[in-house]
Amino acid sequence: MDVSRLEAGQTIDGFRLEEPLKPGGMANIWRVTHPDIALPMVMKVPFVRPGENPLAIIGFEVEGMILPKLAGEHAPRFVKAGDFSNPYIVMEFIAGRSLKDRLDETPLPADEVAAIGAAIAVALHDLHAQHVVHLDLKPSNVILRENGEAALIDYGLSRHDQLPDLVAEEVSGPIGTGAYISPEQVQGERGDPRSDLFALGVILYFLATGERPFGEPASAREWRRRLWRDPMPPRAWNPDLPPWLQEIILRCLEVDPAARPATAAELAFALHNPECVVLTGRSKRTQRDGPVKVAARWLRSGKPVLPPQRRSIAAQLARAPIIMAAVDLAAGHEGLCEAVAVAVSRLLATEPGARLACVNVMKVSLLTIDPVADAEGRNLHLQRLVELKHWARALPVAAERITYHALEALDPADALIGFARANRADHIVIGARASSALRRYLGSVSAQVVAEAPCTVTVVRTATAAR
Amino acid sequence: MLTAIVTDIHGNREALEACLAHAGRHPIDRFVFLGDYVGYGADPGFAVDTVMQYAERGAISLLGNHDSAAIGAPERMNDEAMLAIEWTRRQLKPAQLEFLAGRPLTAEDGDRLYVHASAADPAAWDYVFDERSAGRSLQATDAALTFCGHTHVPALFHLTVTGKIAGFDPDAGVAMPLTPQRRWLAVIGAVGQPRDRNPAACYALYDDGSRTLTYLRVPYDIESAARKIREAGLPPFLAARLAWGR
Repeated sequence: MDVSRLEAGQTIDGFRLEEPLKPGGMANIWRVTHPDIALPMVMKVPFVRPGENPLAIIGFEVEGMILPKLAGEHAPRFVKAGDFSNPYIVMEFIAGRSLKDRLDETPLPADEVAAIGAAIAVALHDLHAQHVVHLDLKPSNVILRENGEAALIDYGLSRHDQLPDLVAEEVSGPIGTGAYISPEQVQGERGDPRSDLFALGVILYFLATGERPFGEPASAREWRRRLWRDPMPPRAWNPDLPPWLQEIILRCLEVDPAARPATAAELAFALHNPECVVLTGRSKRTQRDGPVKVAARWLRSGKPVLPPQRRSIAAQLARAPIIMAAVDLAAGHEGLCEAVAVAVSRLLATEPGARLACVNVMKVSLLTIDPVADAEGRNLHLQRLVELKHWARALPVAAERITYHALEALDPADALIGFARANRADHIVIGARASSALRRYLGSVSAQVVAEAPCTVTVVRTATAAR
Repeated sequence: MLTAIVTDIHGNREALEACLAHAGRHPIDRFVFLGDYVGYGADPGFAVDTVMQYAERGAISLLGNHDSAAIGAPERMNDEAMLAIEWTRRQLKPAQLEFLAGRPLTAEDGDRLYVHASAADPAAWDYVFDERSAGRSLQATDAALTFCGHTHVPALFHLTVTGKIAGFDPDAGVAMPLTPQRRWLAVIGAVGQPRDRNPAACYALYDDGSRTLTYLRVPYDIESAARKIREAGLPPFLAARLAWGR
């Protein structure tokens, strides 16, 4: 196949080339159709022939290995790959808008930055849970679907922890895109999901300010600078930026991956719940660090790095689970409340990296006009938060790792399940009230949560309830 | 087409039966046995008979160094292995020895080469256990995919675009695409005597439609296999190592 002479109407292995799309960095991209496949599809055909540019060919090969292993809404579905003499990949065409096309509109309002960022974080979490770190996250690799969800494309530099890392075996230096590459990638690490959170931090910074935090350095030598030189705080560019967003962005851009959000789910959680973001000195910064701090980081950056270890990407997520405690504050159930607290504290003792979301649902009826709109409603809401904090006061968890949420809903179980789904909870702890004929008739909240929750559920009963 | 690749059974009936039952849950089109049906284990006759039945139905079956020793060829071996071979030879019937004597050293199937040990010199029984030994084997063949056994340690090697050799420890149960852009050498772990610190029996499935290779681990009744080794009067170490997986 002569890749330089592709024409509309031509057929390759049954796929008919319909129209060329904007070429990617290393490949021509065509819209294609196939008589037996209804899915809208694109075909990627690499520019280069074997032997010309190893990285271009390897990127193509790597994408051909990783894409078939990905499932879900956040990656294009793999359709078919060509053989050695006929290199191509056919995949799902994802309808939507490239995030790159939105860069002209920056700076975007904070709520929009948060919504886009949360959509990308959710997509990243899904990817990481499937054993893959993207490692080349940038606006041109993000497609925003019409429903607001994000899909990630171009897995040519990605790493799947259960497959050979063809990229690392071929290239000794750092590989990535200058504006977005993480400090640890610059040092040769290719197995840390938090590298993608750094790149997402760069994207958030760019969306919120219209500026790139580290410019667009071309050489790997210049990439090293981010190991010691911190970016201008985003609020220095855009004073309207809320402190919580600066807090989130600068956390993502920390040099030490351990200082960033532990998982993409945790980052999505923060972007979904700005009022729960604990503000530190990061949120107040107005200028970059002084020479002493920078010099200290520069000295540290020269230290030899431990050789990257083969770790499970998915297992790294498990170290920082999001635990959700469903707390029933109604009078008469204090014992159960206490039992849930005991169960949660045991769980926290075994999961030191966990975050805890304390959730209470206020049941509203259709007859109430809008409970939060009036003063009484606001007071009630505040009172619930106060009670939740009181409930959690003795739990062994640091203040920055716990959040409180009072939800209003017609159906408490639906609300809890929806919260767990939206915030990627890993484990729900919920109390079950004593069994009764009426409860059996009406259906119990905990039973519905167990049946429908997207994660592990622990149901707590008190000794009296069990009798 | 789905191919089951089975190697280094070493007279372990319990492990072989567990693997074949496991494979039976997949729509397997072809079985390939890479040799070493006997030696170490207490059921060499059962192992050979089983492979013979599969061979009659079209399975590929190769010769391993223990099979070669069992039919009288002078192979270099450690003392325990030698004792086991001498015992094994006494257990096998003429028809079983004749079957072993008729096994080839290699077989080709499309772009695939099957061999018990290294493709570099199959009868020298070199171990493919690191990048250097894998390189020697890869250089000796033009086959896109080579499948071998002999080391009892699963490993996947490939020749990079710039001519380097890289190795990888495969995870069980993961379908790994073997891309057509490069050449691959897959060392399949042992059914009858795993030595990678995982005592479960190992075999692999290759799907040439999706070009994916999946290593599988199958737990089996180690206690019975070990007890039979001890009862046969074979070196006790050969029984004990089954549970250690090394």
